[in-house]
Amino acid sequence: MKVGLFIPCYVDAIYPEAGIATLELLERLGLEVVYPLNQTCCGQPMANEGDQQHSAAAEQLFVDNFREFEYIIGPAGSCVKHVRHHLDAIPQDPDVLHVRQRTYELVEFLHDILQVESFPWAYFRYKVGLHNSCSSIRGLNIALPSEIMGTPFNKTARLLQMVEGLELVPMDRPDECCGFGGTFCVTDEAVSASMGLDKVHDYVRNDAEFIVSPDMSCLMHQQGIARKAGIRMKFLHVAQVLNGGPF
Amino acid sequence: MGDEKKVDVAANAAAFLEQDEVHEPMHDKNLWAARMHRDAAARAVPEWEELRKIASQIKEHTLTHLPDYLREFENNALKRGAKVYWARDAAEHNQHVWDILQEKNIRAVIKSKSMLQEECGMTAFLEKRGITVTESDLGERIQQLDDQPPSHIVMPAIHKTPEDVAQLFARSIGTDPGNTDPHYLTEAMRNDARKRFLEAGAGMTGANFAIAETGSFVVCTNEGNADIGAAVPPVHIASIGIEKLLPKVSDLGIFIRMLSRSALGTLATQYTSHFSGPRRGGELHIILTDNGRSRRLGMPDFWTSLKCIRCGACMNTCPVYRRSGGLAYGATYSGPIGIILDPTFDESRYSELPYHSSLCGSCTEVCPVKIDISDQILKWRKVMAAKKYLPVSRRLAFGAAGRIFEHPQLFRSAESMASGALRFTPHFLLYNKVLNPWGRHRELPHFAGQTFREWYLQYRAKNNDHGEQHT
Amino acid sequence: MENNTRNHVLAAVESQLPLNRIAYPAIPAFPKTVTDLLTAFEQRVADAGGEIFRPADAVAAQALLASQFPGASVICSVTPEIKGNRDIHAVQNPHELADVDVAVIRARFGVAENGMVWLTQEDLEVNALGFLSQHLVILLSPQSIVCDMYDAYLRVHLEDTAYGCFMMGPSATADIGAVLVHGAQGARSLSVYLL
Repeated sequence: MKVGLFIPCYVDAIYPEAGIATLELLERLGLEVVYPLNQTCCGQPMANEGDQQHSAAAEQLFVDNFREFEYIIGPAGSCVKHVRHHLDAIPQDPDVLHVRQRTYELVEFLHDILQVESFPWAYFRYKVGLHNSCSSIRGLNIALPSEIMGTPFNKTARLLQMVEGLELVPMDRPDECCGFGGTFCVTDEAVSASMGLDKVHDYVRNDAEFIVSPDMSCLMHQQGIARKAGIRMKFLHVAQVLNGGPF
Repeated sequence: MGDEKKVDVAANAAAFLEQDEVHEPMHDKNLWAARMHRDAAARAVPEWEELRKIASQIKEHTLTHLPDYLREFENNALKRGAKVYWARDAAEHNQHVWDILQEKNIRAVIKSKSMLQEECGMTAFLEKRGITVTESDLGERIQQLDDQPPSHIVMPAIHKTPEDVAQLFARSIGTDPGNTDPHYLTEAMRNDARKRFLEAGAGMTGANFAIAETGSFVVCTNEGNADIGAAVPPVHIASIGIEKLLPKVSDLGIFIRMLSRSALGTLATQYTSHFSGPRRGGELHIILTDNGRSRRLGMPDFWTSLKCIRCGACMNTCPVYRRSGGLAYGATYSGPIGIILDPTFDESRYSELPYHSSLCGSCTEVCPVKIDISDQILKWRKVMAAKKYLPVSRRLAFGAAGRIFEHPQLFRSAESMASGALRFTPHFLLYNKVLNPWGRHRELPHFAGQTFREWYLQYRAKNNDHGEQHT
Repeated sequence: MENNTRNHVLAAVESQLPLNRIAYPAIPAFPKTVTDLLTAFEQRVADAGGEIFRPADAVAAQALLASQFPGASVICSVTPEIKGNRDIHAVQNPHELADVDVAVIRARFGVAENGMVWLTQEDLEVNALGFLSQHLVILLSPQSIVCDMYDAYLRVHLEDTAYGCFMMGPSATADIGAVLVHGAQGARSLSVYLL
C-alpha cells in the first residue's frame, strides 16, 4: 500500500523526530511511504481564524500534493481534523473530497485501518501521561469524549499499552484542553498559558515522567510552559514511543 | 448598543486571571465540580445520549413550526385567563411592563432570574422611571447590589468569593463584614428579601419552557423565589422568549430530566413550577418577546442556537470560560453559548468573542440539546473575517502566512531564514510583532538542526535502504 | 397596536423559518430503572435535603408534628388529618400567611426518580402557603408514587389547575462560594409524612 506522508509545518521545523518516527513506523509495518516535497501547510491556522480567503491557496496546494494517494497519513490530530472536517475554503471537487476522506491521523490509521496488534520492537519503561488532543478526541473520535455517555474507548491508550514496560498514569482531567488552540495561544495568551500550566500540574500530580501525545502542537505549548515554570517534564510524540525512537 | 466599543474579551479575561491567586482557581474548581456532577447525573440515565437526540429534535421541530405553536400557546393561555402581549424588541417588551405597572399603579416589583429581562435591560429601564426592582434569586441579588450583570446563566455570582459577598453585604445590607459563612449571608438576604416580597406590587419571572398544548409555562428555581413572586403580589408578569415553546406537556418529561442534570448535576431544581393562567385572586400577564430571535431563525448557520435551554453546561465545561469569568465577555450571555448568541445582537461589539475559544469542542458534546456550539464559533470567525472585523494587524499576518503557505519555495526560505533560536516559529506567529506574546509564560520551542524534509531527502538518497536507522 | 405587534412577530417568524421542517421525533418507552419506588423515593427525598417520616396514623402524625416543631406558634394545615391553628379558608390575602411557621399540605403524588412531590393550587388553597411558610410538612400516600418524570407528566393534568409545582426538598441555593444552603427564600425544611 502506497501512502502519502503529511508532515505539518511545525513538525517539519521543530519536531522532525516525530516525522522520522512516523515514517519509520509505517515502513516497518510494510507500507510504501512517500513524502510529497511541495507540501507546506494544510491551511488550518488561517481557517481557524475564519480567514477563508487566505486558507484557500494552502488548501488547494494540500489537495494537489496528496490527491494521488490511497491514504494520507499525518502525525497530527488537529491538522488532520482540519482536512477532514473543515477543508472547505475551496470548491469541493472529487479530488478534494477524496483527500478529505482519506486523510488519517496516525493513531486512528494504525488502530482502525491497519489494526496493528503489537509493536514488538518498542520498549519504554516509564510512567506516561497521555494527552489526546481535543481535535483527536472530539474531531477524530480517537477516544470517547468524557462528556459523552457510553462505553469508554481510547485508541491511543490501547496502542501505547502494547508497548512493553510502558505504564499509563491516570489524570485528574484526562481530556481537558491544554489551551494551545492554534492562534488562540497567542491571541489569548493569559488564558492559554493558565490552561497549559494547569495541564502540566495535572501530570506532575500524577507522577508522569513522560507526556505522550498524537499532537506535537499541544506538546509544543505545554513544553514551553513547563520549561518557563521550571518543571522538568519530557514530551514525546506517540510515534516515537510506538517506533522505539528516535528520541 | 452599536455605538459601544468592541469588547476586548482577552484583556478582560487576563485581568480576571491576574487579579490574584484566589478568584480564578476558585472559579475553575467550582465550575469543574459542576461539570463532574453533571457527568455523574448523566451517567445514571441509561438513555442519556438518546435523550439528547430527542430533545434536540423536539426543539428543532418546534422552531421550524414556530408560528403554529405560538398561536396555539396564545390561544390556550388566553382561554386560561392570562393576558398575552407581543414584543418585537426590548423596547416594546419594557414598554409593556411599564404600561402594566402604571395601570396598576405599582411602584415596586420583585423579580426572579430571567435572562430575557437581562437581555432587554429591563431593570435599568424601570428604575429610571422610579420603580424599585429587586432581584430575588440570591446570586442575581448579589450581582444587582454590586451593579454587575450576571456572570453565569445559572450561577450569577459564581466569580465571587464568600469574602467578596461578605464585604458587599456589609456595605449594602449591614451584615458583619468579617462573617463569610454562606449560611449566615444567605440568611441575612432571606430576611432582607422577605419584606420586599411583601411590599412588591408585582412579581416578575421568565420561563424555562412554554407549552403550546395547554398555554402553560414552567419556571425552574432552587430557591422558590419565582413561586413567592408569583404567589404573593397580586400581579404576575412573565417574560417569555418565543423560542421557549415546546409542543406538549409530555415533552417536559424529557426536558426537566435534562435541564438540572446538565446544569448542576442535580436531578432537578428544587422547584419546577407550572403556571397555567392566573392564580386564584391574581392576574397573569405574559409577554411573548422576539428581540432578534426571528432574525436568528433565518440564519442558516446559527438558527439552532435557538434550541438552547439555558442550562449553562457549556459554560461549566469550557476551559476558557472557567479561567475568564463571565464578566469578561461584556455581554448578557457569556461562555460558549454567549459567543454564538451575542454577535446576533451586535456583530461589531462582540466581534472578538468568537476568538475567545480554543475550539476544544467540549461545549458541543455536553450540550443537552446538541447545539454544535464549537462549529458555530468557527463559523462566526468566518463571518468576522469576511466582514473585516479582524484587527488589521491580524489580517495582515494571516495574509502573509497565506502567501507563504501558498508557495512551497517561499515556505522553504521562510523556514530556513536566519539561524539560531528563531528560525521558523509555531504557526509562523512569532514573526509578527503584534502576535508574539508566546514568550510571556512559555519558553520558545527549540528548533531542530535539520528539518524533516532535509532528513527525508538524505534518507531517500540512500536508495530507500529500509533497514537503516536514524537518530 | 397590540394586534399589529402580534402579527409583526408572527410574520417575522414565518418569513425566517428554515426551509427544512423537522419532524417530531418518535419517543420510545424507555426501560424503567427504578423498581422499588418507595425506597428510591425515600432516598431521593433525603438527597434533596428533605426528611421522611412514617407515622402510623393521623394521631401519630399530629404528635410527630408537635414534637418536630415544638416552638411553632402558627401552624396552617390544608389537610383534614392534621389540625393547625390558622384557617386557610379564612385567608383573604396571601400576606396573611407571612407568619406561618409550619404548613401541612397533602401532595397528589411523589416521583421515585428524584423525590419530588406534586402540589397544585387546589392542594395549597392559597399558593403562597407553600412558599411563605418557614417549614413544610407534606402528607403523601406511600401508594401514590410514580416511577419517573415521564410517568409524572402523565399525571399532572395542567389543563385542570392554574398552578402546579414539583417540589424537591426545601428551598436551596449554592450561590455563595458554591456552598449548599437550605432555606434561601422558600421553606427552610421539608418533611414528608408517609400517610
